[in-house]
Amino acid sequence: PLAAAAMAAKMGTDEMRDRVVLGEFGVRNVHTTDFPGNYPGYEDAWDQRRFEEEFRVDVIREEEGALEFDLVGIDAAIANAFRRILLAEVPTMAVEKVFVYNNTSIVQDEILAHRLGLVPIRADPRLFEYRNQGDEEGTEIDTLQFQLKIKCTRNPQAAKESSDPNELYFNHKVYSKHMTWVPLGNQTDLFPEADFRPVHDDILIALLRPGQEIDVLMHCVKGIGKDHAKFSPVATASYRLLPDITLLQPIEDEAAEMLQKCFSPGVIEIQNIKGKKVARVANARLDTFSREVFRHEGLKNLVRLARVRNHYIFSVESTGILPPDVLVSEAIKILMGKCQRFLNELDSVPME
Amino acid sequence: VQAEGTDGNCVTFVLHDEDHTLGNSLRYMVMKNPDVEFCGYCITHPSESKINFRIQTRGTLPAVEPFRKGLNDLMGVCQHVLNTFEVRLFLRSS
Repeated sequence: PLAAAAMAAKMGTDEMRDRVVLGEFGVRNVHTTDFPGNYPGYEDAWDQRRFEEEFRVDVIREEEGALEFDLVGIDAAIANAFRRILLAEVPTMAVEKVFVYNNTSIVQDEILAHRLGLVPIRADPRLFEYRNQGDEEGTEIDTLQFQLKIKCTRNPQAAKESSDPNELYFNHKVYSKHMTWVPLGNQTDLFPEADFRPVHDDILIALLRPGQEIDVLMHCVKGIGKDHAKFSPVATASYRLLPDITLLQPIEDEAAEMLQKCFSPGVIEIQNIKGKKVARVANARLDTFSREVFRHEGLKNLVRLARVRNHYIFSVESTGILPPDVLVSEAIKILMGKCQRFLNELDSVPME
Repeated sequence: VQAEGTDGNCVTFVLHDEDHTLGNSLRYMVMKNPDVEFCGYCITHPSESKINFRIQTRGTLPAVEPFRKGLNDLMGVCQHVLNTFEVRLFLRSS
C-alpha cells in the first residue's frame, strides 16, 4: 500500500509535468513547470544530450503548398517562437511602390495600389537585399519592377442584343497575369533563368469598361510580415498539441455507443469482446476536443481529456512563394540569427 | 543591449527590436539553468518594441553568464531542430 501510494503520487506529478488536462470548466496544468528546483528527484536542468535523445520530427503530410509535421520533445516557448517567426519575420518580395501613370478606371489609385501590394510574387527573397532606408530609386539588387498596362475596348463583332460582358468587351477584367516583369539594369544577366511573376495568374485586380485604362509601374521590395501583412509568406501557420484520451474505467454497450458519438469520427472504436461491445481509444490524434463528453452525466467521470505538453502538430500552408519546408528551415535560421546577434553584441560591448 | 542593476548578480538587460518571439524562448532556456534564481521578461509598452529581460543568479555568478549560456543553448536547440527536420525531409523524399 505504501508503494502503491508512492507510485500514485509519482503518476500524479508525472501527469502535472507532461499533460495539460482539460477539465469540465477549465484547463489545468497549463504552464511549463519543469525547471530545476521545482520537483525534488527530477533532473530538470538543461541537458543538450538528453534533449537530442528525446527530440524527434515526424513529417506527416506533404502536399503542394501545405506541410503537416510533428515536433516532439520541445517546449511551448520555442514552438511558439517558430510559429511567430513563420508568420511575421520570414522575408518575401511584394509590391511596395506603385507609380501610376494613367488610371481612368473606377478603382481609386490607392485601392488599386493596396490590391497590387497583396498579390504574392514568385521571387525567391534570398536572392535580394533589403532596400536601404531613404533610398528612393532602388537598385538592381533590391528591387523588382513590374508593369501593368491594359486598356479596355469595345468588341465590334459582338451580337446586337447580348449583355454578356465577356462578349461585348475586350480586356474588361484585369488579372494578375497581366503584370509583366521589366528587368532593371543588369537583372537579365543576374537572373537569366528566372521568370518573375505573380504566383497565381487568376487574381482579379480590377474591372474595366471601354475607354478605361490602367498604366502603372510597380516596385517590389523585400520586407517582413511585422512591417506589413502583405510580406507574410504563409497563408497560415498554426500548431496544436497532441490529444491524449484515457478511459478511466471500461465502458460497454450503450455507454460505448454514446461515447463514440461524443468524439470525432475515428477516435473511439468499438470492439466485440466475448459478445459485449467494449470501447477503446483508436486514434486520439484525430480528435478536435469538442468536450461533448462533459454534457453526459454518466460519461463525464469515466474519461480523462488531456493534451501531451511537448508534442506539437504543426500545420504550415504557404502562399506559393516558397515551399513550406523551405519556410520552416528559414524560420529556424532566423531564430538562430537573432541569438547570434545578441551574442555578438555581448562580446563586442564591454559590460560595466 | 543595455544593462542596469545593483551588483553583478542581478542584471536587467534591455533588448531592442525584440518581442515575445525571442523573449519567451530565451526565458525558458535561462530558467533551465540551475544557477539562476529568477528570470523574467516583460514588454515595457506594446507600442515600443523592446523588452526588459531580468536575470538574478544564486550566489556570486555574474548575471551575464547565464544570459550567454541561454543564448548558446537556444542556438544549439535551433541547430538540432534544423538538422533533424532536414534529415527527416530528405529521408522522406528519397
